[in-house]
Amino acid sequence: MALMAKARVERVGRGATGACIALVALLVVTLVAMVAGRGIATFTADGIDLGSFLTGTTWNPHQEDASGMPTVGALPMIAGSFSVTLLSTLFALPIAFGSAIFVVEVAPRFGRRVFQPLLELLVGIPSVVYGLIGLTIIVAWVRDAAAAMGQTITGFGIFSSAVVLAIMVLPTITSLSIDALAAVPHEYREGSYALGCTRWQTIWNVVLKSAAPSLMTAVILGMTRAFGEALAVQMVIGNAIQMPSGLFTPASTLTSVLTMGMGNEAMGTVYNDVLWSLALLLLAMSLVFIVIIHLIGHKGAAKHG
Amino acid sequence: MANFDMSAHVRRINRQDRIATGVLVSIAAFVMLMLAAIVTYILVAGAPKLFDLNFLTGKPQQFKEGGGIGPELFNSFYLLVLTLLISVPLSLGAAIFLSQYAPDNAITAVAKTAIETLSSLPSVVVGLFGFLFFVLYMGWGFSIIAGAVALTMFNIPILVRVIQQALEDVPRSQRDAGLAMGLTRWETTIHVLLPAAMPAIVTGVVLSAGRVFGEAAALIFTAGQSAPVLDFTCLDFSSPSCPWNVFRPAETLAVHIWKINSEGVVPDLTAISNGTAAVLMVCILAFNILARVIGKYLERRLTSE
Repeated sequence: MALMAKARVERVGRGATGACIALVALLVVTLVAMVAGRGIATFTADGIDLGSFLTGTTWNPHQEDASGMPTVGALPMIAGSFSVTLLSTLFALPIAFGSAIFVVEVAPRFGRRVFQPLLELLVGIPSVVYGLIGLTIIVAWVRDAAAAMGQTITGFGIFSSAVVLAIMVLPTITSLSIDALAAVPHEYREGSYALGCTRWQTIWNVVLKSAAPSLMTAVILGMTRAFGEALAVQMVIGNAIQMPSGLFTPASTLTSVLTMGMGNEAMGTVYNDVLWSLALLLLAMSLVFIVIIHLIGHKGAAKHG
Repeated sequence: MANFDMSAHVRRINRQDRIATGVLVSIAAFVMLMLAAIVTYILVAGAPKLFDLNFLTGKPQQFKEGGGIGPELFNSFYLLVLTLLISVPLSLGAAIFLSQYAPDNAITAVAKTAIETLSSLPSVVVGLFGFLFFVLYMGWGFSIIAGAVALTMFNIPILVRVIQQALEDVPRSQRDAGLAMGLTRWETTIHVLLPAAMPAIVTGVVLSAGRVFGEAAALIFTAGQSAPVLDFTCLDFSSPSCPWNVFRPAETLAVHIWKINSEGVVPDLTAISNGTAAVLMVCILAFNILARVIGKYLERRLTSE
């Protein structure tokens, strides 16, 4: 009798927790399906050519081009998104790897007790606050620095966005890199020291090499965050939908156009459909990043295991 | 090889090692200085408003100076509480299932992939899905409940990872002991694993609360960008001025910063955004400190018993 009751409690517990995970999975599937459904309408219902959407350099949905279709070339935003992502990763990378090595190899106690909690605080600062700092400080710095060199610019643009994003992805890349370096077995280091190597030689030749796949994953996850960040970028990039012509001229990204445009257009118009296609593009890109991470994981496992 | 100068080589690698250590220490110092500068700047710039009771409780102004953030402050906390009420049980269930029951099959793989996908999705995409599904399709309109569900989707991957990690960090021997005593898996989880994992879970939940509190991109299209004036004596749950009505639109602090900056019509724009950012920062700092204090306290209580 008691056993029957136990079995029932067990079944209920298993069922309830299983329902939670099923609900989460269902939500994600619905999300992908609905955004994809909306995003594809541009090409199926409105008849816009996928090729000209991806490679067109002019974005002006309210004007028709030679063939009578709205001009919706998304390349300016695609180029903008990739530029800010790559540039911000480039800025953040040396600092993130440097701090991770510092935490794991140079000062582990200080790292764990002081540096890592501070890093968590940096993650917790809201993205609009970073945007505000970008708007009031970094844009002004860039403008003043250019003025000192005799150039007149607004300060808005890819460079300023990349600086803001670099600060935002820094904690992500750093804490994942810390995990990656800490996972390198101690025997590897001891072996290297026993051969008479210095600490730096050990870090450079042994630790970094054997943590390389996980470090790559850390970088990709940082890039994922940079690519998808919306508000902070929108506040400092200048929001000019044109092909990026330089680091210091106003540009736009997929996310910035989405946040600005979505509220203004009625559902069902071509402009609105095209915005959903941009959202689908964002979604597809983050799926691509996940696939890359899995490929790195498999490769790393194949090499070590 | 004949005239290989060993001592010169040793001098060289030792110098390299010293330089590398110096560079690593300065990188870490730079990161900490930057964080200190950011936090100090936000608090100092917003200090005049931070202690101004009229600002903290007053109603926002659209075209005049001297607007407050009373409704936004309340909305942020209300939304946070609702989000946690939905996301904590859901994540707890999902994490328990994944760590205790999940059969090693394709369905589990799909569920894990779904959560991973959710964690790398840009929050603006989550917000757009919320707009499409909850605001339009379900007909909830711009509302607190739509915002809370969108934030739940944003919060779930973080919480599931934290809780799963906490459950798996409980020594295996404790779980085995429970099972050997004749407890079912469910009973072992509830009576043995959860109490042991509680400090880590609570710390994780409070830290995630800080992230939710500052999130804006997922909210601008779900909880909306307007803050109706709230009347705390109103108990009519369908009235938009009833604070507890979950179907009213609710702008939060983070969304407020973004909105007034992108509209740019409030005359004391800088003072208000700086003040709001400082309030956000103080709350985030409080969440961070709280997470650590509660975690420590629970750990002491649970280990001394």
